[in-house]
Amino acid sequence: MRERDEEWTGLMRSAISGDSAAYHRLLKAVTPVLRAAARRGLARAGQPLDQSEDVVQDILLAVHLKRHTWDANAPFAPWLFAIARNKLIDALRRRGRRVFVNIDDFAETLPGEPAAETAPASEVAAQLQSLPARQRDILQSIAVDSASIKDTAAKFAMSEGAVRVALHRGLASLTAKLRDQ
Amino acid sequence: METDQLIRTLAADSAQRARPVGFVLALALLAAAPLSVAIFFAELGVRPDVMTAMRNPFFDLKFAVTLALAISAIAVSLHLSRPEASLQGWTWLLLIPAGLLVAGIGSEMMMPQRLPMMTRLVGSNSRVCLIAIPLMSLPLLAAALIGLRHGAPTRPAVAGAIAGLLSAGLAATLYASHCTDDSPLFVATWYTIATALVTAIGALAGSKVLRF
Repeated sequence: MRERDEEWTGLMRSAISGDSAAYHRLLKAVTPVLRAAARRGLARAGQPLDQSEDVVQDILLAVHLKRHTWDANAPFAPWLFAIARNKLIDALRRRGRRVFVNIDDFAETLPGEPAAETAPASEVAAQLQSLPARQRDILQSIAVDSASIKDTAAKFAMSEGAVRVALHRGLASLTAKLRDQ
Repeated sequence: METDQLIRTLAADSAQRARPVGFVLALALLAAAPLSVAIFFAELGVRPDVMTAMRNPFFDLKFAVTLALAISAIAVSLHLSRPEASLQGWTWLLLIPAGLLVAGIGSEMMMPQRLPMMTRLVGSNSRVCLIAIPLMSLPLLAAALIGLRHGAPTRPAVAGAIAGLLSAGLAATLYASHCTDDSPLFVATWYTIATALVTAIGALAGSKVLRF
């Protein structure tokens, strides 16, 4: 556990100082842990587990957009879990308002049931459709077609700087839409 | 979108680095300050006898109290802008202005006074105080909330309340140079009520706008 935390902290330090490969590795490494935590949290709240991937993506976006609030002298894990807890509570509160909260349905989705395949996330994809066309195209090019910034810039006849700005704005407004939905 | 795709996208965006919360908060407060100062000079202005007043330690104490409130609230709000932060170990900072005020009341009690206690407490500017401090706070409160929105406060209402304290402290510093009531009893009563009002507004607004 401690080793893991130190590894994460080290990766995040490299990420902050501009190493995007370290950042990629870090996000990959924390995702299964976040997924397990999200499933536990949803189960404890009696919520269907098929939303866990939406919660995970929500957490990842928040981690990304708020990473400047991490103090490079502090361990990374407490910061990460504070964000994760906040996002999980947020998700439960949001879903709590919806009608399908029915105690009888939850009995079947409580733990004990074998951990199913990761259910696909749908919320990010849904909100993606409501972004301005240019931001959506750029996000899709990088996410789905796994094109680089450079290739994306060439594809849309934009400068790399403009692609970066549009990408960042797209991620920020995606996050805002998820929060306010 | 699959999570792996999202991660790839986030990594592609990793070169975008945001400014520290303190920087954004300072910038927002500096941008809003002229508005509060404009309200001050348009409606209130510095009291005419300010040069003599400055020799009165109780006049100076008002600034010590309001600035202590503003500065400690800035420190606490920056702390709370980190998601893993708790108030524990930080609340004492907010007790400094209260402590100064209590010390002021104590020393005033020990001095011979021309006016009875109730008269000093009620003063002659309580209504102006209750209107002016919240009014001058509002631009600063909005700025503080914008600054903190850049952070990641996991307790938005608390962070909003601290933003309220911060802006009330700054607004009260302006107001103190107008008000002719220097008794710590007056400050402890009316400044506190005005500050509590702004704090409540801050908590309410914070619970709405500081969620991330």
